Amino acid sequence: MNRKTAATLLIHIIAWAIALIWIVPFLGVFMAAIRPMVEIIRGWWHVDPFTPTWRNFIGAWNHATAPLAEGMLNSFRVAIPATIVPILVAAIAAYGFSRFRFPLKNYLFITIVILMTIPQQMVVIPIFRIMKDIGLLDTHFGLILVHTAWGIPWILFFMRNFFTTLPIAVEEAARIDGASDFTIFFQIVLPMSIPALISAVVLQFMWVWNDFFLALILIFSPDKLLATQRIPLLRGLFHVDWGVLAGGTILVMLVPIIIFVLLQRYYIKGMIGWTSK
Amino acid sequence: MKQKLSRSLFLIPALALLSIFVVYPVVNTLYLSFLSPEGKFVFLSNYADLLTRREIINPRGFARGFAFGALPHNLLWTLIHLPLTVFFGLLLAVILRHVKGGVIIKSVIFLGMVTPMIIGGVLLRFIFDGRAGIVPVVLSIFNVAPRTLTAHPDTALIALILGSVWIWAGFSMVLYSAGLETIPKELYEAAQIDGATPRHIFFKITIPMLKPITTVVVTMTLLWNLRIFDIVYAATMGGPGGATNVLALQMFFYAFRRLEFNSAAVVATILMLLAMVAATPMIRSAWRESR
Repeated sequence: MNRKTAATLLIHIIAWAIALIWIVPFLGVFMAAIRPMVEIIRGWWHVDPFTPTWRNFIGAWNHATAPLAEGMLNSFRVAIPATIVPILVAAIAAYGFSRFRFPLKNYLFITIVILMTIPQQMVVIPIFRIMKDIGLLDTHFGLILVHTAWGIPWILFFMRNFFTTLPIAVEEAARIDGASDFTIFFQIVLPMSIPALISAVVLQFMWVWNDFFLALILIFSPDKLLATQRIPLLRGLFHVDWGVLAGGTILVMLVPIIIFVLLQRYYIKGMIGWTSK
Repeated sequence: MKQKLSRSLFLIPALALLSIFVVYPVVNTLYLSFLSPEGKFVFLSNYADLLTRREIINPRGFARGFAFGALPHNLLWTLIHLPLTVFFGLLLAVILRHVKGGVIIKSVIFLGMVTPMIIGGVLLRFIFDGRAGIVPVVLSIFNVAPRTLTAHPDTALIALILGSVWIWAGFSMVLYSAGLETIPKELYEAAQIDGATPRHIFFKITIPMLKPITTVVVTMTLLWNLRIFDIVYAATMGGPGGATNVLALQMFFYAFRRLEFNSAAVVATILMLLAMVAATPMIRSAWRESR
């Protein structure tokens, strides 16, 4: 019994020590964000003096060259449509893959699985050229299109796996009553799929919000830059302005963190369902 | 006939978008990688040329220290990051089941996964900073002179790799936690009745039962290691002196700084091939399951 108590104690110490190590960088950036530069330049862990201030957040929000207010607005403008459109398009296709028979179905499906593994570097040069040719380079619409296409494979895979778990009897009954495929999909299947759709929304929104690479390639006008693109610009010219940078990172981080806290269950279900089924 | 038409409407929008913005670009990049800058078809000679470049593989680096080149850096990244990710993920998943407040600790650890990677890079630059960062201060307890670890070639890459474990460990932890829930309790009870030691139970039941999860964790972590870009971009830009350069970043430099599109296409293709090798188990199981 005594040995068991000691083991339990040890496990608790290890667990909380790891938790402490994991939280320290976030704690540091938080401390740097809420205090003036002079107090943190020798280390944020010196807490005397400790003068809380909003100045870093305001400095990042209204930054002279890369205001985050504009960046976050742009990020919402891109992330909201780039979440809804691919989910709609991919869910419809996923239903086709789970219910219909058509030639080459398995080959098409496996191609889509393979597309999930492709690195973005493999597509950005031609995409840059396509966007230039059709006049969508440096527009949010162009970026939304690319995010839409890029999100389709995993959402399709995820939703197909979900649809195959739904009982088919209801759909067959509706079909006998004369309902069309579209009616069945939109009025019966989609309402039953709301939990899976929420998971897809959470993951896709965070993916687009957190994306940096595609935005870096496709958007370059200063007023159109997304939030993530402005983070490196907050650094300051001659020395790293940790205060403003920390304030900015917290503002940009806050959006995915709030979503995660509110919808954690769906996020984790989505992540597990998408990778392992 | 009418049904066929309406049913194909389910697939057409998705397949059209994929064809234009994913499949065509992939084929096009592959083709570009076979062309000389003048547009002549030279097949693999770009690859031969690239693999001798110092920024890709730097043989002198192996004797003199960093930089080794982007390709060895990615390999080193994987060699260090993958085992640590699997280890920490499994360890945390197992012990946090028995710890008071384990759910809170899990959420804290998972924060790294939710954070944009570009911010992950900023955070790493911050914790390794010689003046404002905490890691050099902790190291100074062990008589290491404080300096910005990401600004020196001998420590920069290792610092970023270890930092990326901090960012990514939440992923494997969450997957392993979910996997542990699926192991039937009766298995453990039966083993206990048979007098198995906890160690025995762990290695003979838990680990084998988690094998499918391990496959997923390893695959996704390998893919993530190949894609490393934002972290390095924000923390070091591949510096100092190329010591933290990685393939994805080098591709970006080739394509959008030096406008060497063919070299960039070669790097991208190498990345894709490595990704496909890494994802083979996942692709194979999806194939088996879809038939």
